Amino acid sequence: MKPLFRFALLMLLSLSAGVAVGQARDVYEFDSPEQEQRFQSLIAELRCPKCQNQNIADSNAPISKDMREAVYRMMSDGASDEKITSELVSRFGEFVRYKPKVDERTIMLWATPALVVFIGVLVIALTVRRSSKKAATETPLSDQERARADELLNRHDKNDH
Amino acid sequence: MKRALMFLPVVLVVALGAILFAGIGKDPNRLESALIGKPVPEFNLADLQAPDSQHDQSLFKGQVSLLNVWGTWCPACRDEHDDLIWLAREKGVRIVGLNYKDDRQEALKWLKTLGDPYAVSVYDPRGTLGFDLGVYGAPETYFIDSQGIVRYRHVGVVNETVWNEKFLPLMEEYGDVSS
Repeated sequence: MKPLFRFALLMLLSLSAGVAVGQARDVYEFDSPEQEQRFQSLIAELRCPKCQNQNIADSNAPISKDMREAVYRMMSDGASDEKITSELVSRFGEFVRYKPKVDERTIMLWATPALVVFIGVLVIALTVRRSSKKAATETPLSDQERARADELLNRHDKNDH
Repeated sequence: MKRALMFLPVVLVVALGAILFAGIGKDPNRLESALIGKPVPEFNLADLQAPDSQHDQSLFKGQVSLLNVWGTWCPACRDEHDDLIWLAREKGVRIVGLNYKDDRQEALKWLKTLGDPYAVSVYDPRGTLGFDLGVYGAPETYFIDSQGIVRYRHVGVVNETVWNEKFLPLMEEYGDVSS
């Protein structure tokens, strides 16, 4: 039992070590908090080509560091967000955009959720309309039928108890 | 009409299955280069062996070349090194080496002990040309036609199989096979 406990402890410790190094940090100087904010949101939306499920803000890969540096340099040179992103896309491909640009290739990607919601609403609307139409056209029971139904139901109740 | 609608879920599931099936076996770690069909980026870097002489993008004009990105810190580069030597010596392929984020002395030692497959070696210690090429992990090998246009990028080790399957067809399309 004791080695197992030690093993578990070791696993827990190594987990926390992983968390501690998970965040990549380098020191960049910014003129204003807004600039820093802009830098952070830019690198959060760029994807690391090496470690594919991380953005370049989180990744420790050397290529992510290079990309952060390039973003910082271009920002200091006064480039716009779009310019910075497209410079990186021209080198590493559309892949590095976490938010793909809307064009003829990605239009389905962007439109599918809206399309699915639209179809869903359409189906619900049609179903509701059909059932309300059905309810309206249904003829109510005649007095005679109602009396017969009451009689049947009452008899059933008596038999039960 | 009603009947046809009943089959809709089946059709949807089959379509989804077909789409997902098409993705099986594809390696998501291999990205197509953004530079395919574009010229090699402009650069100005020193030669590895002769620090005083400079190279630029005109290095790729006039003949088909492979551009191999490597470093002594990269274990997979060691793996492919013998295959590169085989390509250069047996197949007569012109390979341009891009020594990427490396130390000049280490790199020279590597070439001296393991052999030098490169017709020309470019030294890129800060990875500037590597960055412009979109290199995200060495080794990477680019096929560049005689006009200096990038035609293909292979990420990972180049060996005989990769050469036959990926590069030979390009050689036949863009280059002189006999050379």
